[in-house]
Amino acid sequence: MLGRILALMKKEFLAVLKDARSRVLLVVPPMIQLLVFGYAATYDLKHVPYAIYNEDRGALSRELEADLRGSTYFREAVRISSNDQIAPLVDGREVLLVIHIGPRFGRDLASGRPAPLQLIVDGRNSNTALVAVGYVRQIVSRFSNAWSEAHGLPRAPVRLETRAWFNPNLESRWFFLPGIIGILTLLITMLLTGLTVAREREQGTFDQLLVTPLRPFEVLAGKALPGFIIGLIEATVIASVAVLWFRIPLLGNIGTLYLGLALFLLSAVGMGLMISALAATQQQGLLGAFLFMVPAVILSGFATPIANMPAAVRLLTYIDPLRYFLVVLRKLFLEGVPASILVHELWPMALIGAVSLSLAAWLFRARMV
Amino acid sequence: MSARGGRAMRLRGLVRKEFLQILRDPSSIAIAFVLPVALLLLFGYGLSLDVDHVPIALVVEQPSADSAEFTASFEGSRYFSPRRMSDMGAATQALLEGSVDAIVHLRGDFAARERSAGGAAVQVIVNGVDANNSRLVEGYLDGALSTWLLRRTAAQGLDPPIPVRIEHRVWYNPDLRSRNFLVPGLVVVIMTLTGALLTAMVMAREWERGTMEALLVTPVAAGEILVGKLVPYFILGIGGMLLSVAMARWLFGVPLVGSFWLLLATSSVFLLVALGMGLLISSVAKSQYVAGQVALITTFLPAFLLSGMIFEIGNMPAVVRAITHLFAARYFVSIVTTLFLAGDIWSVVVPNTLALALMALIFLGLTWRRARKRLE
Repeated sequence: MLGRILALMKKEFLAVLKDARSRVLLVVPPMIQLLVFGYAATYDLKHVPYAIYNEDRGALSRELEADLRGSTYFREAVRISSNDQIAPLVDGREVLLVIHIGPRFGRDLASGRPAPLQLIVDGRNSNTALVAVGYVRQIVSRFSNAWSEAHGLPRAPVRLETRAWFNPNLESRWFFLPGIIGILTLLITMLLTGLTVAREREQGTFDQLLVTPLRPFEVLAGKALPGFIIGLIEATVIASVAVLWFRIPLLGNIGTLYLGLALFLLSAVGMGLMISALAATQQQGLLGAFLFMVPAVILSGFATPIANMPAAVRLLTYIDPLRYFLVVLRKLFLEGVPASILVHELWPMALIGAVSLSLAAWLFRARMV
Repeated sequence: MSARGGRAMRLRGLVRKEFLQILRDPSSIAIAFVLPVALLLLFGYGLSLDVDHVPIALVVEQPSADSAEFTASFEGSRYFSPRRMSDMGAATQALLEGSVDAIVHLRGDFAARERSAGGAAVQVIVNGVDANNSRLVEGYLDGALSTWLLRRTAAQGLDPPIPVRIEHRVWYNPDLRSRNFLVPGLVVVIMTLTGALLTAMVMAREWERGTMEALLVTPVAAGEILVGKLVPYFILGIGGMLLSVAMARWLFGVPLVGSFWLLLATSSVFLLVALGMGLLISSVAKSQYVAGQVALITTFLPAFLLSGMIFEIGNMPAVVRAITHLFAARYFVSIVTTLFLAGDIWSVVVPNTLALALMALIFLGLTWRRARKRLE
C-alpha cells in the first residue's frame, strides 16, 4: 500500500515540478508577496502630509508648530495663509489634515482659558483619520502637560498610565506579518490542490486512476501529501524570512507552531481537494478556489477584528481554517503562549481537515458515475 | 457587400456566439451577478473597524464613592463593556486568554490620591497584539477620562485643567463610519475578481480545446475576435457593477456625493482594464491550469492589500509604492472613494482615469498582438 501511495506521490510531484512555469509560480510569487505585502500592511502612519494655518503667529503657537514639525509622524506639505486654501488641498488629497491655530490661541493659553485648536481631517479612510487625530492628540497633550508644569497649574486629579503588553510600541506590522504568513500558506495550498482533480477529470486521466487497484484512500493520500509537504516547506521559508528580515519576535514554542501549521495544512489541503473533487471542469475548480479563498482571507480577522462582525457572519467564520491559524500564529509569535491556551484553536482545524478530506475521498468515487 | 458591412456582420456573429456560449454555461452569469452580490453582502457586513463594546476588565481594589463615580464613566460608555474582576491575577488571565482587550486598575489608595495635589495614577494595560485596535481603545479610554474630568470640574465650578482643547472636524465622513470607506473599496476588489474571472479562462480554454484555431482560419481578424469576446463580458460586468453600487448606496447607506454618471464612466474604463487583464493572462498562459493560478495570484491579494482600500499607500516604502502603480485597483479605489464620499473632484478623478485608460490600452493591445502572432 505504501509503495502505491509513494508512486502516486511521485507522479503528483512530477506534475507540479516538471513544468517550468508552475515551478516558477511556486517559488517566486510567495517571496515577492511576502516582501511587498509585509511592507504594505500596516495601519501605522508615517510622514502624514499636513498643512498648518496659523493665524496667531505668537511665540506660543510657534512652539506648538515646532513640536509638530519635530515629529516623524508628520510632513508639512504646504503652508497656508487663508481659509480658502484648505478645501482644495484636502479635496485633492494633497494633505490629510489641516491644523488651524486661531488668532486668540496665545492669549487664551496665557490667560488660562482652554485654547482651541482646530483640526480638519480627510475622513475618506476613517481609520487613517482616527490614527492621525490620535497622533496630533499625543503631541498636543505633551505640549499641554509641559505648559501646565512650567506654569505651576494644578495637575489633573486622575491620569492614565498606559502600557501595552506583547507589542510595547504598538507596531501594527507585528500584527499583520503573522497574518500574511497564514494567507500565503493558504494561497499556496489552494494553488496546489484546488485545480488538480478537476484538471485530471477534464483530461480523463482521473478515471484511469480510479480503475487502477488504488483505493480511494490511497488516491487521497497521494494527492494530499505533496500539497502538504510543499506547503510545509514554503511556510517554513516564509516564516523564517518574516523573523530574519522583518525582525518580528517569535516567542512561542517551535513544536507548537509546527503542530498548528500541520493541522492548518491538513484543513487547507482538505478544502482544496474537496473543491477540486466537486468541480466538473477546471473553470468550476478555479471559481471554487476563489469562492473559498476570498472569504477565508477577508473574514479571517486578518485586517478587521472578528469581534466587530455581526453574529451571522461570525458564525460563518467558524468553518474558516485561517481564522484559527491566525490566532495560533499571533499568539505564538508575539505572546509566546503555551499550547494549552491554543487548544480551542487547534481542534477545530483538525476537525475541518478530517471532514473535508473524507468528503474529498468520497467525492472522488461519487462524482465518477 | 462593402468591407465595412462585412465586418459589422462578422462582429455581430461573434458577439452572438459568445452570448450563446455564456447562456449555455450559466457559470459566467453567476460570476457576473451572484458573485458580487453574495460577496458584498458578506463583506459589507463582515468588515468593520468601528470599535464599540470593547470588553475591558475593571479591577477596583478599594471601592469607594469616588471610584464608583470614576468607573461610571466607563460603564455608561457605548465603547466599553466593562467586567468587574476581584484582583489583577484574574484580570491578567482574562487578558492572556483574549476575553478582555484591556485592564483598568484602580489601586487601593485611589480615593486618597485623587484628592491630593499629585493626583491618582490609574494603571491601564492593553493587549498590544492588535496594535490598531489597542490604539483605538487607548483613545477611547482617554476620551472617557476627559469626559469625567470635565464633568467633575464643572460640578466644582472650576476651569478644566486642559490648556489646549482640540476640536476636530472630519470631512466627508463626519461620523467616522468605517463602512463608508470599506464598502466602496470592496466594490473595487469584487469587480477586479469578477472581471478577471470572467475572462481569465475563456481564451485559455479556447486555445486548449483548439476552437481558437478553428476561429482563426475563418476570415475573422484577431481584433474582431477580441472585440467579440469583450462586448458580452463588458455588458455582464457593468451589470454586476450597477448591482454593487446600488447595494452600497441603499443597503449599506454609503452616501453617493458625486455624480452617478461619472462613476459609471470611470467604472467602464476600469472594467476594460480588468477584462483586458484576464484576456491577457489567458492568452499568455498556454493552459487553463496556469491561467487560473496566475489569475488567483495577481488579482485578489494585490487588490485587497495594495490598492489603498484598507492600507494607506502613502505610508508604504517607495519601492512598494511603485509596485502599487501596476495594479488598476489602486487608481479605481481612489476614484470610487472620492466619488462616493467627497464628490466630483477632478484633480483626483482625471489623473486616475487617464492611468486606467492607459492600462486598458496596454492590456488589450498586448492581447491583440499575441492573438495575431499565434495566427501566423
